[in-house]
Amino acid sequence: MEYIVGIDLGTTNSLVAYMQGDVPVVIPGVDGSNLVPSIVALDPLPQGTDQAGGAARPTVTVGNSARRALIASPERAIYSVKRLMGRGIEDIGEELKFFPFRIAPDVQPGEVLRITLGEMNFTPSEISAYVLRQLKRNAERFLGMPVKKAVITVPAYFNDAQRQATRDAGRMAGLEVLRLVNEPTAAALAYGLDRATDGSEPTRTVAVYDLGGGTFDISILKLNDGIFEVVATNGDTHLGGDDIDNLLLLVALDEIRTEHGVDLRQQPDAIQALRKSVIEAKIALSSDAVARLDIELPGGQRYQREIPREVYEQLIAPVLERTAGPCRQALADAGLTPEQIDEVVLVGGSTRIPAVRRLVDEMFHLSMRGRKPHTELNPDEVVAMGAAVQASILAGTSSATDQLLLLDVTPLSLGIEALGGVVARVLQRNSTIPASATEHFTTGVDGQTNVAIHVLQGERELAKDCRSLARFDLKGIPPMSAGMPRIEVKFLIDANGILQVSAREQRSGTEAQIEVKPTYGLTDEQVEAMILDSFDNAESDFAERQLIEARLEAETILSAVNKAPENGAWLLLSDAERAEIFAARDQLVAVQSSSDLKGIRDATTALDQATRRFAELMMDQAVSSAMRGKTMQAADQTLNENSAEIHAPHPFAHAEIDEDAAIAGGEMRKRQ
Amino acid sequence: MNHCTSCQKALEGSWLVCTGCGAVQRNAAIDYFQALGQERRFGVNAATLEREFHRLSRRLHPDRFARASAEEQQNSLAATALLNDAWRTLRDPVTRLEYLLKLEGYAVGEEHAGKGKSAERQPPSDLLEEVFELNMQLEELRMSQKMGEAADEAVVKDLAATGVRFESMLQAVDDALAAEGAKWDTGAAEARTGAATQMIQLLDRRRYLRNLVRDVRETLGAAA
Repeated sequence: MEYIVGIDLGTTNSLVAYMQGDVPVVIPGVDGSNLVPSIVALDPLPQGTDQAGGAARPTVTVGNSARRALIASPERAIYSVKRLMGRGIEDIGEELKFFPFRIAPDVQPGEVLRITLGEMNFTPSEISAYVLRQLKRNAERFLGMPVKKAVITVPAYFNDAQRQATRDAGRMAGLEVLRLVNEPTAAALAYGLDRATDGSEPTRTVAVYDLGGGTFDISILKLNDGIFEVVATNGDTHLGGDDIDNLLLLVALDEIRTEHGVDLRQQPDAIQALRKSVIEAKIALSSDAVARLDIELPGGQRYQREIPREVYEQLIAPVLERTAGPCRQALADAGLTPEQIDEVVLVGGSTRIPAVRRLVDEMFHLSMRGRKPHTELNPDEVVAMGAAVQASILAGTSSATDQLLLLDVTPLSLGIEALGGVVARVLQRNSTIPASATEHFTTGVDGQTNVAIHVLQGERELAKDCRSLARFDLKGIPPMSAGMPRIEVKFLIDANGILQVSAREQRSGTEAQIEVKPTYGLTDEQVEAMILDSFDNAESDFAERQLIEARLEAETILSAVNKAPENGAWLLLSDAERAEIFAARDQLVAVQSSSDLKGIRDATTALDQATRRFAELMMDQAVSSAMRGKTMQAADQTLNENSAEIHAPHPFAHAEIDEDAAIAGGEMRKRQ
Repeated sequence: MNHCTSCQKALEGSWLVCTGCGAVQRNAAIDYFQALGQERRFGVNAATLEREFHRLSRRLHPDRFARASAEEQQNSLAATALLNDAWRTLRDPVTRLEYLLKLEGYAVGEEHAGKGKSAERQPPSDLLEEVFELNMQLEELRMSQKMGEAADEAVVKDLAATGVRFESMLQAVDDALAAEGAKWDTGAAEARTGAATQMIQLLDRRRYLRNLVRDVRETLGAAA
């Protein structure tokens, strides 16, 4: 038995799920959490590492444990990288205004982006691959066997380049990507599965409104006897909760500057700390009438701000309104009125916002028809669950899914650049995929042996306004008089929504040799070179690998715990809590080097649980420290250098730090 | 008559898959009617067509071949793409008609009227005056939109009324097309030629009207 997992590679959070019998189940990580934050932090390189000579991969931290690095060492951490997938330097200007992406200085227009983390550069696909690898490991840990195949979800409105970049990321993580599934369609699968047992129903028309961390999709489907047929889709691949966070952040930064004369804009750690606070306020405002920001600023002033929900809703209204256009367009493309939509499904964490629910209600005339949108399934998890359902369909091994079939569409029209820079459409958007189209070309000059074709994706009339997919050079055309060759070019969009092009010259009957020159994206060789670790792909000895990984996990958490007493947050724990941590630590140390996989894992999990409150306190400390304009490290240094001048957060801070650090240090030496 | 590439049995219904041995056929020469197992005619039963599309999708879709050999996967991909192309083309009466005429060797649309100077841009002679007036109204409304002024209500009302009139003309064309299509389906060779000529002209008129109606809707939509 081999598992195919379903993965939701999200802007903010990522998840992995599988079919447990007939039910999709989300797989938790080491920390027990179903959500793996899509945050990647580059660990400090070992001292004296030779950059040029080192073939080994750098080590990275992914998920919750990388979150702290966002504040402690923001130049080594990255989030929301999905926004950069499949994009070029020339089309990310807007993103750079709001996201702390550090693009390598030598990236040229038309090239795949490279992002600087610490002393290294990574493509967006590589960063995503680290997240995928973490999910793969979580699944292997949970299932107790290698996981090599996956279904990965992408926003329905992702274009060809964005899809290719996602598939590349899967390969780099050591996964065979059996299918890319559109997120809203996956959500529909997750819901539809629940209701297939209701008996035979007439055709239902369902709209899936998916507002996630960084992308928005609307898909309209017809459900008929197990067939999920998408009739129209639309969206915006750069619209989501991120935009709301950024809006709140900008307001706060602005107010702090004008009211307190403190400019935090050039302090990445302070910005990240503030960002954490506004996200908490945003979440609170989904249930409370008012949220409070209370932040200590450099110089001891406090930025205190009440945000009533009405003010918040006015502020974010323009962001939410951007979802309305795609909804109307999708309805128009489907030839449907709002009344003809039987059901609406809400997907994505941002659909928890009451104002979003009101917008959806008005858009689809729900409450006026006495209807409610579907929110039964967790909006953060439903996409991953649907991916697991699709994985089960592909595996063909579950009776629960063998009658299900997803018929999806291509979200964007495909065209070729014609004379004068206008776009000649070859395939309309919302065509069911796989789909194909054939076009004929000829030469303009006697003896011409090459023809260049520029393929575009988008709805605009002019090539310059559409997304350039690729330039294809048809080479090796037999020399003939101008206009004589008849070159048949076939465009095929596969079930993943990815374009394939083939061509032949019909006059001479020879298959023209085509060189495919991607405008964006990586070549196969480049992807091959970026595969994260070859040992992940090795068939041999899964058990041994599991053991090695479990020991590494144990080592990572132990080293963090051993450093814990150096952190100010340690002092905020009770004696009992500290005793509990030490007990859990000793237990892990005792089994760490054994071959008892389960023992090591259980002890690791226990220690993780025991230190959870400490981790939270540490995060808070990092935030307040960053807001005071210092990193933790610098703060600790000052603390040690001139203790007399420091206002410690706790009256006994100084003395206890030294004492505990000494104890911990002593124990560490003993063990080694 | 066509035969299965695998077991040589005569293919029944859709030519994309053999009812005998179940082999997916790899044959790029299969036309859209053959793909969906339909007679080559204008009139089709929409419900039957959809049922057949769903049945064949279940049979051919790449999802059903995720564990098959690379060759079988390629066949599935090609056959499903052809099936979907056929479904997209035949489900809509107008694209179905255009496809039917092309298949029968008639030049339709751009091939008929010539690239660039197609009927899309030349108003049918009986509509010259009305189109002129419509374009004036459109222009006026667009100008006021461009200047950021509130649209003149009278102009909006006039344009909406004209839009409705042109939409009914479009409907009339569709009705005429259906009538000619029925003649094609039932007629002898001579009647078919006459119907084809009629339909080609009606299609030109339809394209022109459709573009006008779209312009009106877009302009009114922006004014709303």
